[in-house]
Amino acid sequence: MIDALLSPLRAVGKYAILMGRAFASVDEIRIYWKNLFIQMVRIGIDSVPIVALAAAFSGAVLTVQTAYQLETPFIPKTIIGSIVAPSIMLELGVVIAGFILAGRVGARIAAELGTMRVSEQIDALEAMGLNSIGFLVLPRVLAGLIMFPVLYVVSCVVGIGTGIFTGHIGGFLSVSEFLKGARQFFQLLDPFIGFVKSLTFGFIITSVACYKGYYTQSGAEGVGDSTTQAAVLSCVFILVADLMVALLLL
Amino acid sequence: MIEVENISKSFGALDVLEDVSIEVRDGEKLAIIGRSGSGKSVLMKHFVGLLQPDSGHVYVDGEDLCCAPYEQVRHLRMRFGVLFQGGALFDSKTTFGNIAFPLRYFSSMTEDEIEARVQECLDLVRLSEVGDKNPSELSGGMRKRVALARAIAMEPQYILYDEPTSGLDPETSNTINDLINHLAKELNVTSVVITHDMHSVLEVADRVAFLHGNDLEWVGTVEEIHECTNPHLNSFVKASEYTIDEASATASLSGSSV
Repeated sequence: MIDALLSPLRAVGKYAILMGRAFASVDEIRIYWKNLFIQMVRIGIDSVPIVALAAAFSGAVLTVQTAYQLETPFIPKTIIGSIVAPSIMLELGVVIAGFILAGRVGARIAAELGTMRVSEQIDALEAMGLNSIGFLVLPRVLAGLIMFPVLYVVSCVVGIGTGIFTGHIGGFLSVSEFLKGARQFFQLLDPFIGFVKSLTFGFIITSVACYKGYYTQSGAEGVGDSTTQAAVLSCVFILVADLMVALLLL
Repeated sequence: MIEVENISKSFGALDVLEDVSIEVRDGEKLAIIGRSGSGKSVLMKHFVGLLQPDSGHVYVDGEDLCCAPYEQVRHLRMRFGVLFQGGALFDSKTTFGNIAFPLRYFSSMTEDEIEARVQECLDLVRLSEVGDKNPSELSGGMRKRVALARAIAMEPQYILYDEPTSGLDPETSNTINDLINHLAKELNVTSVVITHDMHSVLEVADRVAFLHGNDLEWVGTVEEIHECTNPHLNSFVKASEYTIDEASATASLSGSSV
């Protein structure tokens, strides 16, 4: 019973130590810069198509459904733009991207490090005298912190773009009406909050996946467990962090 | 010299090592034998600081691995080459990339010098032609030899072999044993071989340490094994001889049927 209660606390402690050791080796990144660059491509650039696809559909659907709900002569059409653009910048653009990346990036990192752990490749790195946490964990977490805001920008641009396009093609509102509405209620705080969320989600997804992968046990089954847990935990923590950031900054 | 002083290690409720002490003398080939699960690999991982003992000390050339800061441990680890049980080759890299890996990070060699050194290591393990192959394209024995080439690339002072012949056919096992002897002689390294393969022990070792029931029960030379009175070691050796005899009989039977 006590062990079951202490187990999550132990996990939090272990996670904190891992992250502490990763950031303590930040001065070694000049040795591992090539690895950081590779991870930035894998985590960021390679994720652009799927993030753009999700953003495109969510922008289009949001425009259509907002137009449907506000279909009354008493509300100006520009309001659709006023709702769609901030919704994407504040919430949809970053949360949908976060969920997709929890599956794509989180699962990949956990599976990669988990396989390296069970096949003793991490031990081999350590036995050579290499700092395996600095070499494997730090570049992935830094790449997440650098590239998730970039993906957030992609998500917003594509989401709002397809919102404008769908509104125009579907005959709900013109491009100028959409842009006028979007500008009318625009606050710099909206993209700032989205940016903070993207940084937070980037850290959550990569760090949780690194933690799960790095401490994988029990062969192929362990790799499967780590991969699933990395994706599921990341999604749960994204939801919690989304609320926390909103409560703190709004 | 590696000195292990009264180390104990448990994983949860499972006691793996209890008050184990042993020394590995410079230039010798020490075989650590014992049944599966007797803690051989756990002991070996203490030699290079991959595991920390619950109590006791491990000294490498007089420096305590257990109390040293991480940076010093990393520095000490550079004196070691480790051949892991499954090879532990980086599957994202080619054979060449695997052997060149430590050289790129820990030496000031130019790319041409690295290429020459990699080829030299591949020649030493008699695999001159596989530089551009991926680990997945290699057989079990070849993977172990490539891992050995990687282990010797930095010209280590100590080489640790974790089950170097496990899962290999007798002929490939003999090749690996020959390589261990050859490398020890050529490079003048201290070798520690973790194994339960008595063939390998007889071929390779100068001294033998026998682990049983969390404890180091017997240490002696290869010649002394057959005269020892330890019942567990005698039983282990007898079982191995039976296996060897059985394997030889099977080999001769299959040979005669062809």
